[in-house]
Amino acid sequence: MSALARRLPRAWTQLSPSERREALAGYLFISPWIIGFLVFFLGPILASFALSFTRWNIVGTPQWVGLDNYERIFTQDPFFRKAVTVTLKYAAFYLPLEVIFGILIAVVLNQKLRGIGVFRTMYYMPYIVPKVASSLVWVWVLNPRYGLLNTMLGWLGVNGPSWLSDPDWVLPSIIMMSLWGVGGSAVIYLAGLQNIPNQLYEAASVDGANRLQKFVRITLPMLSPTIFFQLVLGLIGTFQTFTPAFIAAGRSGGPLQSGLFYMLYIYNRSFESMRMGYGSALAWILTVFIMIITLLVFRSSKYWVYYEAERKRTK
Amino acid sequence: MTITRHLPRFGLRGLQRFNNVSGYTVLMVLSALFMIPLYWMFSTALKSPQQTFAIPPEWVPAPAQWDNFAKVFDEVPFGRFYLNTFFLVFANIAGHLVSVTLVAYGFARLRFPGRNVLFLVMLSTLMIPYQVTLVPRFIMFSKLGMINSYWPLILPAFTGSPFLIFLVRQYMMSIPFDLDEAAYIDGASRFAVFWRIILPLARPALMLVVVFTFIDVWNDFLQPLIYLNDPDMFTVSLGLSFFQGARETNWNLLMAGSVLAMIPPLILFFFAQKQLIGGISVEGLKG
Repeated sequence: MSALARRLPRAWTQLSPSERREALAGYLFISPWIIGFLVFFLGPILASFALSFTRWNIVGTPQWVGLDNYERIFTQDPFFRKAVTVTLKYAAFYLPLEVIFGILIAVVLNQKLRGIGVFRTMYYMPYIVPKVASSLVWVWVLNPRYGLLNTMLGWLGVNGPSWLSDPDWVLPSIIMMSLWGVGGSAVIYLAGLQNIPNQLYEAASVDGANRLQKFVRITLPMLSPTIFFQLVLGLIGTFQTFTPAFIAAGRSGGPLQSGLFYMLYIYNRSFESMRMGYGSALAWILTVFIMIITLLVFRSSKYWVYYEAERKRTK
Repeated sequence: MTITRHLPRFGLRGLQRFNNVSGYTVLMVLSALFMIPLYWMFSTALKSPQQTFAIPPEWVPAPAQWDNFAKVFDEVPFGRFYLNTFFLVFANIAGHLVSVTLVAYGFARLRFPGRNVLFLVMLSTLMIPYQVTLVPRFIMFSKLGMINSYWPLILPAFTGSPFLIFLVRQYMMSIPFDLDEAAYIDGASRFAVFWRIILPLARPALMLVVVFTFIDVWNDFLQPLIYLNDPDMFTVSLGLSFFQGARETNWNLLMAGSVLAMIPPLILFFFAQKQLIGGISVEGLKG
């Protein structure tokens, strides 16, 4: 913002009257967003930062406690550690699986076969189901006694676990639930696949490359911007996972808090126990963490993401 | 093509057939994985309590209890939830259509000092998780006395959504500028150019705004959960989750409710499939 303030006056005096009228109209047109940015974004973010140094249950006046909230979170709060572990574990397993399955399904959908559109629709459908409904469906599918999955495991002679009531199986269950919606990212990978020029594959065929070589040498590099984009979105999304945890594990996080996702914990502290200061501190820790991770992913991107346009520019 | 070398007896046509058969086999297995939970939801929705808890499970409930769907409306005010959610969906669509188009037009077609900086600021807000603003927003709305009203769920829509503004702005950038110039020469005002020329041409992008907003609002759970206390004001998703809490064992009715919850987005999906898939490739361009 300071850069803007420095540049604005000088630029403004250099404008002709008609340019000034256009600029005024421009500010007027974007004013809804500016208002929203100030009222629903910048204001709340600053407020949240200030609140994180207070103790406040929304009635009465906030009480300044300095770094007390942060100190307690990092040194005395076992639930914070649990929530971080659960969320990181989930991210570590779910994100790679989402990328792998997303790409594989996109490859399967990229075949030139009759009726492929019907299959695409079927794979995409679970992604359309509202999260509350799909979570409920999975709670029922995973029912240890009457559920579909353990029935089918029974056919194979396997005694299925009790899924959402077993602390060891809560997280795998939620990962499975999320993977059911992988059609959403598969369709994005499919669009990426279809943007790869066919000549590349033809040239590779002429040089005698086999399918695997083509996939590793052409498909993956050409798809890397899409993978990158999906990974960044996926990371941010993972730390915001709320509904499946709330419905499947329960609002307190399930057996031994094995499904206590970070967002669920923020919700519990802020809105169930009404501790606005503590909740704000939790949210700020998450924000800083997400920004660091996103920055790292962006920094790493130059080593593995291939941009066609950049290549052209340097030529 | 190495396969041709290893399997010379197949010939090219044989290879094609082999590829097709294996291709369809994979497609079928995958679709079973995706569809079985949906089938399970639907078949449970048609069961009586006894059928629901039968071992081994009944795959095709006989007789099918179609009145389960009516029962859902008797047991909980599901009709009310439906109306509430549709109201929120339409209010948000209206808000987004107004704000997103105006802001996108400003960013796409008008020059003003600081435009690029502001645009970058807008994009960077996409990277900040919404959780940071959740608590202070709640406090703000509660101090304004708007808890247990729809205002917190509607007002932000009238200030646009950075992601949708970005989408529409990209689309508007692709419209030739000669059109604006010609209209200005004819004496049109800026608003007339926006209203008469740019908006009609940006219709495909506006369809995306409608579709994305519909799905987002219909599926939203956290915000209604925080802001709404009165069951008469619940949305479908929120109502469903309370239904779960209140009657843990009525899985047949709970599944019937889930089927009802997914019908509107599903219908929208079938009508807007082209826009959705097209829009997704636009979304994919961002990377």
